Amino acid sequence: MSAVAERRPDAEPESVHRLTEHWGEAPTLRSWFSTVDHKRIGRRYLVTAAVFFTLAGISALALRAQLARPEARLLSPQEYNQLFTMHGTAMIFLFATPMLFGFGNFLLPLMLGSRDMAFPRLNAFGYWVFLFAGVVMWASLPAGAAPNGGWFAYVPLTEREHTPGAHLDVYTLGLLFLGISTTAGAINFIVTALKLRAPGMSLNRVPLFVWAMVATSFMVLFALPALNLANALLFLDRRFGTHFYDPGAGGSVLLWQHLFWIFGHPDVYIIVLPALGIVSAIVPTFSRRGIAAYPLVVLSLVAIAIISFGVWVHHMFATGLPQLSLSFFSAASTVITIPSGIQMFAWLATMLLGRVVLRVPLLFVIGFIVTFVIGGVTGAMFAITAFDRQVTDSYFVVAHFHYVLFGGAVFPILAGLYYWLPKFTGRLFSERLARWAFWLILVGMNVTFFPMHLSGLLGMPRRVYTYPAGLDWDPWMALSTVGSYLLAVGLLLVLVGIGHALRRGPVAPADPWGGDTLEWTTASPPRPYNFAVVPEVFSLHPGWDERTRASIADGATGERILADGRRTPLTSELDGRYERPAEMPEQSVRPLLAAVGLLVAVVALLFGWYPVAGAGALLLAVTLAAWLWPALPGATEARVAR
Amino acid sequence: MRRGSGKSPQRRLALPIAAVALLALAGCAGDAPSTLNPAGYGARRVEGLWWLLFWISVAVFVEVMALLAWALLRRRGPRTRVRHGDPTRFVAVAGAGLPLVLLVTVYGFGLRDLAALGDQPDQPAVTVEVTGHKWWWEVRYAGSAGATANELHVPVGEPVRVRLRTADVLHSFWVPQLMPKTDLIAGRVNETWLRAEKPGRYRGQCAEYCGLQHAHMALQVVAEPRGDFDAWLARLSSDAPAPRTEAERRGLTVFERSACAACHTVRGTSANGTAGPELTTVGSRWSLGAGTLPNDRGHLGGWIVDAQNSKPGNAMPPQPVPAADLPDLIDFLQSLK
Repeated sequence: MSAVAERRPDAEPESVHRLTEHWGEAPTLRSWFSTVDHKRIGRRYLVTAAVFFTLAGISALALRAQLARPEARLLSPQEYNQLFTMHGTAMIFLFATPMLFGFGNFLLPLMLGSRDMAFPRLNAFGYWVFLFAGVVMWASLPAGAAPNGGWFAYVPLTEREHTPGAHLDVYTLGLLFLGISTTAGAINFIVTALKLRAPGMSLNRVPLFVWAMVATSFMVLFALPALNLANALLFLDRRFGTHFYDPGAGGSVLLWQHLFWIFGHPDVYIIVLPALGIVSAIVPTFSRRGIAAYPLVVLSLVAIAIISFGVWVHHMFATGLPQLSLSFFSAASTVITIPSGIQMFAWLATMLLGRVVLRVPLLFVIGFIVTFVIGGVTGAMFAITAFDRQVTDSYFVVAHFHYVLFGGAVFPILAGLYYWLPKFTGRLFSERLARWAFWLILVGMNVTFFPMHLSGLLGMPRRVYTYPAGLDWDPWMALSTVGSYLLAVGLLLVLVGIGHALRRGPVAPADPWGGDTLEWTTASPPRPYNFAVVPEVFSLHPGWDERTRASIADGATGERILADGRRTPLTSELDGRYERPAEMPEQSVRPLLAAVGLLVAVVALLFGWYPVAGAGALLLAVTLAAWLWPALPGATEARVAR
Repeated sequence: MRRGSGKSPQRRLALPIAAVALLALAGCAGDAPSTLNPAGYGARRVEGLWWLLFWISVAVFVEVMALLAWALLRRRGPRTRVRHGDPTRFVAVAGAGLPLVLLVTVYGFGLRDLAALGDQPDQPAVTVEVTGHKWWWEVRYAGSAGATANELHVPVGEPVRVRLRTADVLHSFWVPQLMPKTDLIAGRVNETWLRAEKPGRYRGQCAEYCGLQHAHMALQVVAEPRGDFDAWLARLSSDAPAPRTEAERRGLTVFERSACAACHTVRGTSANGTAGPELTTVGSRWSLGAGTLPNDRGHLGGWIVDAQNSKPGNAMPPQPVPAADLPDLIDFLQSLK
């Protein structure tokens, strides 16, 4: 039985019954397509992103096999170039951000004490769009038409003259399509965090993971338009012969680089910030005290979100821009390491003052700290222009960003996966298996990527499908390949562990770790309505706070039960004062239909079937009209935003 | 479980030490175009910067690992008492204050080296015009009519200006032992300069992904004494030597009458194609196909017959040269020195 019921001996079964009636979803096929439950959608994000991670990982294993020996002929250059492009593009766009959005989707309402996201149907729509965009992009690979211009797709190589065929059309249209999902998700996170917090959760009581998701979401809103513009212009150049990037006709190839990196550098933090938020959620739980210097950590998150928009030119230090502008961007790139330093020392201080309990999630956080520090110090090196120009586009930069992204995102994601697995699935996992996985991953990761620093310093450029023998590169390349297969075994063990937990794992209690945030005060997995009584929050650590726990247990006040319909409280943006109940929308297949309309339009554009694209757009427009048609009073999600 | 992982922080401290050993090894190893084995002014400046950055990085890593190890070794177990103090000052000083001091210092050194790399010599001894093609380097010298490919000769100890442009997509000019990279940008001319400090042959390679054969776009810089350089440049500027043997003469005829001449120039003959690299000095070059194959008799024959085998996608189609003519053609090409 649910832990909520256990903790609330005096809960009116009557209101719980009504909540189940309003929020529960029948286990039918239709409900599978029409669900708007943020927990189901969140789990779908996690599973789908994990599938794309696996595909991108297998691509990397193929690349490593090709590079194990000099002059190998395992892969043709065409295959290699498509695989490395898909590896990077999928890891960035189809794995990292959607995975973290999955965590956000599942956890934000639970951490905030809300019953759903602010726009549940938009949330469902975002998932379907992400799924379809990912499937379209991966489907191009077996067709031999996958993107092959590298994940940053520099023009003029990616123009039609140099890369004919569908390759880059898949890239531009796929990313434009996916961007709709990411933007919708970001808006949803921001509104949820600002309006749907439990009463009493003023901004200084908001969990750091939520702060990180909000900072990330604002970055998405400001960064993605640049990428969308870049891709739209490239699509027009390729399909309709415009000249945005054609220097022969007054266009500029550097325009692409500026637009791409105005998005691209913030995107590194769009990936890393939520992961840092996961770390900030896990460290206090396993240090048995609150996070150190909470205000400084919040300020660091916000500072990173702002400064990251001023560093993009450090990806262009070798393009021959004037030295004066290089020195400005070099300074900004140097400064941005400081907010990360603050967070690093906040975690260390928390552990040094607390009592460390070395359970599996913390183990992965330690893996994160070790690897992320290495990625961080090499990152500071890249801010120094003269050094950057020597090692950029060499294997050194490949080593660096894998330490940042594997260290800074994958380790926290794995930590978070283990930490919240009981909450996601209602099952406990085998810690022994997880420890084996951890050590294999830590060793495999370092054996794969550390030698790449050396390959780069030894003068090996990145993105080469083969290399000659006799340049001292061979042993390091071979070692990297060995490491990558170790790493793959470790990751496979994670999968085995999760499968084992799902099939054989003991039933999880509501709070297996002693966590301090609200998701641990409700059942594992939570009921469809999350909280039978919406909590009232009295501190930054509601899970450790007797008054907050009591506010759920007594369930006295009617305004926090809200069992007459699909309702959750709206609160004020800054102080989290109770305003009024919001009506939440019910299940609907319209989000799916709208996404199908978009899918039809995108695929048709890809093949140049313009009438079909028009039909897809029409389906989208009609569905949106039906979706947004004013419903009976009291049944529309528009009221949430008002 | 507690015992096993308690040791791990110490083991991790071994990492930077191992790294130093590896890097020292990497620096003095023989054949790599290593940034840590510099032979030119720019690369030497950056090598100095690297070791500064490296040691600061090691210090930061050791500091974080030591704190982490302390937390894992000394702050565990049931007898540890949780302290609830507010360490904001510690976090601000260790996380922001100290890094700021370090970063400002490093930034200062970085600016100094950036300025040094950018200081173009007023009077370069030589100006080289390099044009990137998919996937080879066209090399010309100001004041010389000839052109070569994938090979630069420079006088030792003298500043050389390199003007970079591209005929198609982006490329990046990088000779790790001599100087850091500069991109070749469509629609622009970029300039960089280098000064070789030791005679030798230095490998360079395209460092900006440029498509199918990005892997096979290498070049070699030959730094030699002024006299040798002048002789080489004089040779580059003059016509190809007349064939000396019967075989070479027959080879020239084959060359001029077959598809070769449509794409390649050999000055002093009727071959004046411009699609492929000029071959007036092909016999003296270090490689075939921009580092794809060694430049010897067997590989040259293989390259002519089917260049798509070793460098798929390059612009040279397989050549149906009659087997009887091939040895003559090779003789002729090898005589072009």
